[in-house]
Amino acid sequence: MIWSVFLVMTALAVLSVLWPLLRGRRGTDPAAGRRDVYDAELASIERDVARGLTSEAEANASRAEAARRLLAASKAAAPTPSGSTMARRIAALAALIFIPAVSFGLYTIIGAAGYPDQPLQARLNGPVDGGDINVALARIEKHLEEAPDDARGWEIIAPVYLKLGRASDSARAWQKVISIAGVNAERASSFGEALVYAEDGQVSPQARAAFEAALNSDASEPRAQFFLGMADEQAGDNQGAIARWTRLLESSPADAPFAPAVRERIAEIGGRPTGPASGPLSAAGAAVAAMPADDQQKFMRERIAALADRLAHNGADPQGWQQLVRSYAVLGEKDKARSALDDARKALSGDAASLSQLDALSGQFGLGG
Amino acid sequence: MIVETGHYALVLALALALVQSCLPLWGVARRDAQLMAVAPPVAVMQFILIAASFGALTYAHVVSDFSLANVIENSHSLKPMIYKISGVWGNHEGSMLLWVLILALFGALVALFSRAMPDDLKASVLAVQAWLGSAFILFILLTSNPFARVSQPPLEGQDLNPILQDPGLAIHPPMLYIGYVGFSIVFSFAAGALIQGRIDAAWARFVRPWALLAWTFLTMGIAMGSYWAYYTLGWGGFWFWDPVENASLMPWLAGTALLHSIVVMEKRDALKIWTIFLAILAFSLSLLGTFLVRSGVLTSVHAFASDPQRGVFILAILVFFIGGALALFAWRSSALKPGGLFAPISREGALVANNLLLTTACATVFTGTLYPLALEALTGEKISVGAPFFNLTFGPIIAPVFLLMPIGQMLAWKRGDLIGALQRLVFAGVAALAVALIFAAIHGEPVVSIIGTGVATWLIVGSFVEISARIAGRGATFRTAFARAFGLPRSAWGAAFAHAGLGVTLLGLAATGWGVEKITTLKAGDSVDLGPYQVVVQSLETRPGENFKASIAPSKIMRGGVVVASIEPARRFYPSRQMTTTEAGIATLGMGQVYVSLSGENPDGSVDARLYWKPLVAFIWIGALIMAFGGILSLSDRRLRIGVARKARAAAPAAIQAAE
Repeated sequence: MIWSVFLVMTALAVLSVLWPLLRGRRGTDPAAGRRDVYDAELASIERDVARGLTSEAEANASRAEAARRLLAASKAAAPTPSGSTMARRIAALAALIFIPAVSFGLYTIIGAAGYPDQPLQARLNGPVDGGDINVALARIEKHLEEAPDDARGWEIIAPVYLKLGRASDSARAWQKVISIAGVNAERASSFGEALVYAEDGQVSPQARAAFEAALNSDASEPRAQFFLGMADEQAGDNQGAIARWTRLLESSPADAPFAPAVRERIAEIGGRPTGPASGPLSAAGAAVAAMPADDQQKFMRERIAALADRLAHNGADPQGWQQLVRSYAVLGEKDKARSALDDARKALSGDAASLSQLDALSGQFGLGG
Repeated sequence: MIVETGHYALVLALALALVQSCLPLWGVARRDAQLMAVAPPVAVMQFILIAASFGALTYAHVVSDFSLANVIENSHSLKPMIYKISGVWGNHEGSMLLWVLILALFGALVALFSRAMPDDLKASVLAVQAWLGSAFILFILLTSNPFARVSQPPLEGQDLNPILQDPGLAIHPPMLYIGYVGFSIVFSFAAGALIQGRIDAAWARFVRPWALLAWTFLTMGIAMGSYWAYYTLGWGGFWFWDPVENASLMPWLAGTALLHSIVVMEKRDALKIWTIFLAILAFSLSLLGTFLVRSGVLTSVHAFASDPQRGVFILAILVFFIGGALALFAWRSSALKPGGLFAPISREGALVANNLLLTTACATVFTGTLYPLALEALTGEKISVGAPFFNLTFGPIIAPVFLLMPIGQMLAWKRGDLIGALQRLVFAGVAALAVALIFAAIHGEPVVSIIGTGVATWLIVGSFVEISARIAGRGATFRTAFARAFGLPRSAWGAAFAHAGLGVTLLGLAATGWGVEKITTLKAGDSVDLGPYQVVVQSLETRPGENFKASIAPSKIMRGGVVVASIEPARRFYPSRQMTTTEAGIATLGMGQVYVSLSGENPDGSVDARLYWKPLVAFIWIGALIMAFGGILSLSDRRLRIGVARKARAAAPAAIQAAE
């Protein structure tokens, strides 16, 4: 459908070139326009004389000059001969080939012919085709605006927020769920987890309280134990962390999905792991790895990649750069963090305030230089 | 579908522009009328395609189609409709599309309205215009494509920079661009003439309406931009010698010089090479302005796109066109036949003086704008060149222009009579002195302001002395004077108005010396004395707007106990961009303005404010409007409409003669 529109447009464009070429047309007299100019000049001299605006002597001098130019213009111009048919045919053929070749060729590289318009109103009213998570989210949000006490709605939306990287929104949603439907181990842990994400991997006192509440409901809740171990570690209590994680491993099945990551953490901070270990991971990196849903990490990386991509195209975004550097640093990818830091410094080179913020960030994560 | 059709239309326009760049020139070289005749219809078609493309982008902004990166980055679904539309060109990509739209518009206008122009000249002009179009469309498609799509459209955009959410954005850039880009057609005329190697008084006649059109819009665009800065930035200033402002002033100065040298060329067949040079210069400076603003060389509110890749591309365009035109100029200008010599005391002599002063002034601005950039690039040292530099250099150069202007208008072509001219200007001189004395008596110092008002009066009165002499001279009765006034060419009236407009602007500038400025803290009920007025703050309140929250200080302006006006200065907070803007409260009283701008809020609930009384300040912009009116009046002169007249005359000679 759209290609037939393109075809018609292209045909019209080609026609605008062919029409003057194929139309039988005599060469015009190139001096005609110039003669008109001098004719008009003579006429205006006469008008001025008639109205008494110029003296007769001035007018005579002007007339003589205009007449001289008129003569020169007529002499300079030779009538244009009509060109040969050959040149015209070459030109017509070139236009016929060149225009579609350039426009179709370039458009197929940079265009997106199959991509329909996406007017906002139509998207909000149209059916959810599963692809547009934003629209689904908007609908649940709208529903929750009307029925803010629907705990089920908040419980659905909270993990979605976390997947989209909106950790503090997720934390707020979990808080809602708990305040409406009451606390249980699962909800309290999820709330704490969202808080940890919102704080870039730091276990805040509020998050700690949430995990402790989760353990009150269910003493074996693994996520709460894991994060409390992280809190111990961040507080400098490596022994406490190792003890807690060791207990976690002992009370869980050996093939629990989080077990390898916990073992790595223990190994990294100097404990003796009770099982096989692999490469080192940073604190927050382990937290991500310990998530029950593997795709969460995948999702986070996709988000970071999208952010990096956006910044590569539009670098004038100090917050974006800081977020990118912090994300890499938190994931333990120091090389990437350093190169992002270099890119950020280049992109923001004119902006002293942002540069000093980047320096502070670099110091905070020990990225050096 | 609409979006992608617009995208394809732009690509197709590129293909057509490339054809338009080549075939007509081949025709000129072969002297083949039919190949030359390709240019006009293709130019029109190219314009239609770019207009369709621009329309598609506007549609996407209006319906908040967030599948376009450009709409995400610069729009918001809650934004008022006017800013959804003006937001189309309130960003880098869209403004470049507007740029090529106007470029193509001028091409199409030449194609449609220059029937009298010789085919070979028209073909060359349109071909050069198409080179410009090709370069800029390619720039858009390769580095700044407004039709770039995203696969996961978000539900909300990032909103337009709140400073740009103003009716000013709807008017200022389009006008400025018509001015800037209007000089492209003048450039194309110059390049076309150089390619042909022939240039004469008729060429000047053909190019003059285009130069006039561009100049008129540039004048309005600059004035509009200055007024916008004045009321949004909240500093009470209207010209900051900011590089971006200078970038628009330079083509204006060169274009003004060009308008005058074209007249000399038309009347006396002289200054031909110089005129061609000015035509190239005016557009080169427009291109330079684009480069400075778009490359991110400057960091200011205008540099919303800072991207080195784009900068390099525009620099390449700049080097190609300016370098190419100057090389062509160097190669071909020796082949042009220079015009005759003339006496220094004559109309043309005065116009040469005007040209020398204006181009020198332009060079001063150029130095002041580019020297700091060059210095920073070479040594890393940052210096700031501001008002003091320009007052010391630009001022003394432009002052003689004001003094000489009425005298030049009084001189006749070929041989002028200086003593006679001065005698006839005695009235203007006396009026100037009288006005200066009156202002001195009322306001007193500073002396510069007193002199300024005198010079302004000299300009305004002097501009009409020549016209009144022509009307009332040589024993005219009231009736014949009336008839003569109508009989005078409109371009004569236009020139008088444009020159007088400059005087009116100067009057407004001179009066800034008598302004009053106060910086203070305001609470509800406070009263501040401001020149002859008192500003009384009624209350301090907050009000929600469509996509912002405003803190407002509604105030009454009193004079002698009587309320003469009320204003609502405000600060607006835009949550989506976390930005605050200032909305100055302005009341125009007479020609002066009371200007109140809130600069910050204090914890105790009071607000910091700047208050100004600016006598006669409105004259600055009214003067610019009068200048533009002069331009339009001159543009309506029937002598500039040769082509249309010719067609009509062929059809009905008797009717035309009767009308004349």
